[in-house]
Amino acid sequence: MDLIVFYLFATLAVIAALGVVALRNPVHAALCLAVVFISLAALYVLLSAPFVAAAQVMIYAGAILILFVFVIMLLSPGVDQGAGALKWQRPLAAVFGLALAVELILVLASAVLPAARGQYTPERLAQIGDVQAIGALLFTDFLLPFEITSLLLLVAMVGVIVLAKKRVRS
Amino acid sequence: MSLSVPDLNLRIVVPALIVSITALVVLLGELVTPAARKRWLGYTSLIGLLIAVGATFGLWDAHATAFGGMIAADNFGLFLTLVILLGALLSVLLSVDFLRAHQVEHGEYYMLVLSAVVGMIVMATATDLIVIFLGLELLSLPLYILAAFKREDGPSLEAGLKYFLLGAFSSAFFLYGIAFVFGATGATNLTKIAAAIAKNPSGDLLLVGAGLLLVGFAFKVALVPFHWWTPDVYAGAPTAVTAFMSVAVKAAAFGAFFRAFFVALPGLAMDWRALVALIAVLTMTLGNVAALLQSNIKRMLAYSSIAHAGYILVALVAMGAQGSSSALFYLLAYTLTNLGAFGAVIALSDGARERLEIGDYAGAAQKQPFAAAALTICLLSLAGFPPFAGFVGKFLIFSAAVETGWAWLAVIGVLNSLVSVYFYLRPVVQMYMTEAQPGWDGSATLTTRIAPLVALALAIAVVGVLALGLFPTPAIALATGGFVR
Amino acid sequence: MDLLNNLFVNLYDWLAGALHALAAGLNLVKDAENAIVAAVMSLVVIVVLLLWLVLMVLVLIWLERKNAARIQDRVGPNRVGPFGLLQPVADTIKMFIKEDIVPTNADRLVHTLAPIVVAAPAVLAFAVIPWGKGMFPVDLNIGVLWVVAVGSIGTIGIFMAGYGSNNKYSLLGGMRAVAQMVSYEVPQVLTIVAIVLMTGSLSLNKIVDAQSGWGGMQWYIFAFPVGPIAFIVYYLSALAEVNRTPFDIPEGESEIVAGHHTEYSGMKWGLFYVGEYFNFFLVCTIAVTLFFGGWQGPLLPPYVWFLIKVYALILLGMWIRMTWPRFRVDQLMGFAWKTLVPIALVNIILAALATPILKAIGLI
Repeated sequence: MDLIVFYLFATLAVIAALGVVALRNPVHAALCLAVVFISLAALYVLLSAPFVAAAQVMIYAGAILILFVFVIMLLSPGVDQGAGALKWQRPLAAVFGLALAVELILVLASAVLPAARGQYTPERLAQIGDVQAIGALLFTDFLLPFEITSLLLLVAMVGVIVLAKKRVRS
Repeated sequence: MSLSVPDLNLRIVVPALIVSITALVVLLGELVTPAARKRWLGYTSLIGLLIAVGATFGLWDAHATAFGGMIAADNFGLFLTLVILLGALLSVLLSVDFLRAHQVEHGEYYMLVLSAVVGMIVMATATDLIVIFLGLELLSLPLYILAAFKREDGPSLEAGLKYFLLGAFSSAFFLYGIAFVFGATGATNLTKIAAAIAKNPSGDLLLVGAGLLLVGFAFKVALVPFHWWTPDVYAGAPTAVTAFMSVAVKAAAFGAFFRAFFVALPGLAMDWRALVALIAVLTMTLGNVAALLQSNIKRMLAYSSIAHAGYILVALVAMGAQGSSSALFYLLAYTLTNLGAFGAVIALSDGARERLEIGDYAGAAQKQPFAAAALTICLLSLAGFPPFAGFVGKFLIFSAAVETGWAWLAVIGVLNSLVSVYFYLRPVVQMYMTEAQPGWDGSATLTTRIAPLVALALAIAVVGVLALGLFPTPAIALATGGFVR
Repeated sequence: MDLLNNLFVNLYDWLAGALHALAAGLNLVKDAENAIVAAVMSLVVIVVLLLWLVLMVLVLIWLERKNAARIQDRVGPNRVGPFGLLQPVADTIKMFIKEDIVPTNADRLVHTLAPIVVAAPAVLAFAVIPWGKGMFPVDLNIGVLWVVAVGSIGTIGIFMAGYGSNNKYSLLGGMRAVAQMVSYEVPQVLTIVAIVLMTGSLSLNKIVDAQSGWGGMQWYIFAFPVGPIAFIVYYLSALAEVNRTPFDIPEGESEIVAGHHTEYSGMKWGLFYVGEYFNFFLVCTIAVTLFFGGWQGPLLPPYVWFLIKVYALILLGMWIRMTWPRFRVDQLMGFAWKTLVPIALVNIILAALATPILKAIGLI
């Protein structure tokens, strides 16, 4: 059952991700991105992390995607006509991209991933609750990254305001 | 459930903490500072940075980790912290009057610079890939904005956008690399990764991960073939910002680069050494050859910074204590020298109008002998002439390469240095041996006064370059610090 | 009395038992039997819930029109059925038989998908609501977040409608709606954080249980000062989130025809309409669950109490709609970011400070 759901959403995510890259209309690409986000959220649920799944939908599909959409709309949505001046790069990009993809697929297919060996097994998570587990980790083991992130977000906010709002004295 | 907080050991992060607090103070201060007094925010930043320098010296030889082994204060990281703080101090000195002249005197500038410094310190002292990544982001984000800080200026905006897009791209590579390494070893902590590799040294997954990490770092320090953004960004960004990012980012990113490859991935040295050597050759050669063709001094310095990244990479190939200490010394020398060069460019500008074409420097030595002399000294140091800091730096790196059996790499490095002399001397020839041209960029309107803060920065840089070149021993002794493992 | 109180729970258990008995006749493996019964029972719950929600929407539409009429000194619908009760049914039939128009040059797929993307998440969110004692379709331990997360998908649907219609009014309305919903989601979530802080759980069931003592005095609305502030901010931002007057700028008819539904007709338009009422009903059920003790109450069965409280809030919302003029668009965004968000942020700090005190005196 879990396997069926996994393959369903994994396939959906991959197809939608291809859509994001391949579709010419930026709005369609953005909508495909929404599908990717939601499919990923479903995969998180399978990994016994419903909190991460909800956060994924809320933040990515609910907020970030909307920002993308606003940007697309502000730049007036034209259909991408192709690379123009950089046309010669296209075949080159295709070759390199394909080579990288083949390499990654080969590596992933041949690699033996070490088995899950963390302390947070599904049973343990069910016992303490995944929200509690994430919260505890954020305030113990990952306290430093957590605090750095807070500064990072502040900087992003200040930066956006500086670029968008600040009047230049003339 | 009860929480057991790991060793907080806040002492270890005090320098970064001081700088972050200064950043917040400056941000709040911006609210209450009247437009005419914005320079006080710059002074506040200087004070904060100086206190952080003191705190860093206080931590010397602490050799401990904090936050469950995520960040460390070892002499390698502390030395880089000092280099970064020095770079930031000189940049702020250069910025105060620069911002006024270019009419972008906003307090947020200093806040962004200070936040970038926090990110750099974090990156240089982090011992965990996650923290390294966050440091990378925290240093990049303010720099994207700073690059576009003159937002009514086309090239500046272009620089910000280009830097942002390519930076985001490189972050993705880096993150992907972390994911692969984590998948292969089950750890993000550098020491634990090394232990996992020692236990199980083979694995394609790990190699791909290491390769992607290399790409991520290569983007940040501008190694060929990931250097394309550098000339446009360096030329487009406001000169004070270019000065800051050309030195401090290199120090931070090379710090994490060296730490990741020396501490976590020495087990794979067989695999990456030759590749890195190849990249070093390409970077040195392309940087120098391309710099030959530039007529814009900022673009020339951009290509020269690419070439210098190539020299530092030679130290990475050499590995060992010698490799890391020579790289540390080189980064210090490069920071002083490059900041001096950019400072001289700022000093030689005329209000908001900068002299960017090398031809504009004709006869500048007569009108501004001090700035011209500073520029000359710094360019000679960049070219590697004795008795300047650049010579000692190159000497250390190349001798480290020779002693570890990479003599051919050292030979290529020396040949490249010879090539570089040509373009470094071009502005010098212009300044001293050409008559001034009439016109706005000629002697007629050239101001002979240098703003005191810029002069101070230039003096510090020149004295530092000379001191490091004449008496390198104390700095070399400081640079021999190792890693916490 | 007990029978009445647990009516639906007992019905569910009885049906599940009957299905087990039926499946036992097939001589299946125990696991397969359980899976089949679980699947059938979920289906039953889904169908019952859907029918129930449709019924609620019909009631809401009638109530809204009747109320509007009363407040504006009119009679309102009174032709179809007693007191016009069957008017919504007639409307539904009308919508089903209307022509479905897709504008030329519209983005067909996006245009068609949009109403579904708007209405479906609203239904999904009801899955975690505790309708009565033991009456919850799913008990998610992240219940509140589920509601918020699923609700945020609806925003994309509105954008799709605005973009897919190839009409400037649609696009303007859609973008306004999206901006508004994204902005008001922030204070809404922040007030929920205050409640979650006091409860220590994201599960809606646990939140209801936490409000059970002291004959109603432990409802979070009485947890002074955090609860009342949180409720007011929540309710205002919820009204804005579902685009009701005075926050109905996205479809302000005097400015941009009908916003994102300008180009919709027939059942597609109907889906938007229904989706709006789903959302309105949803935010009222959430408000009751978070602030008014959910289904708790004396004498009457829990599900009846729940409905009484929900309808009280719905009537309040309708009253506000009938009596307040529309905001201007810049006032609207300013209200969210400069008034509600700061209040909500301060409220979180207050909640963190007040929780131990309130716990000590037993108010929560």
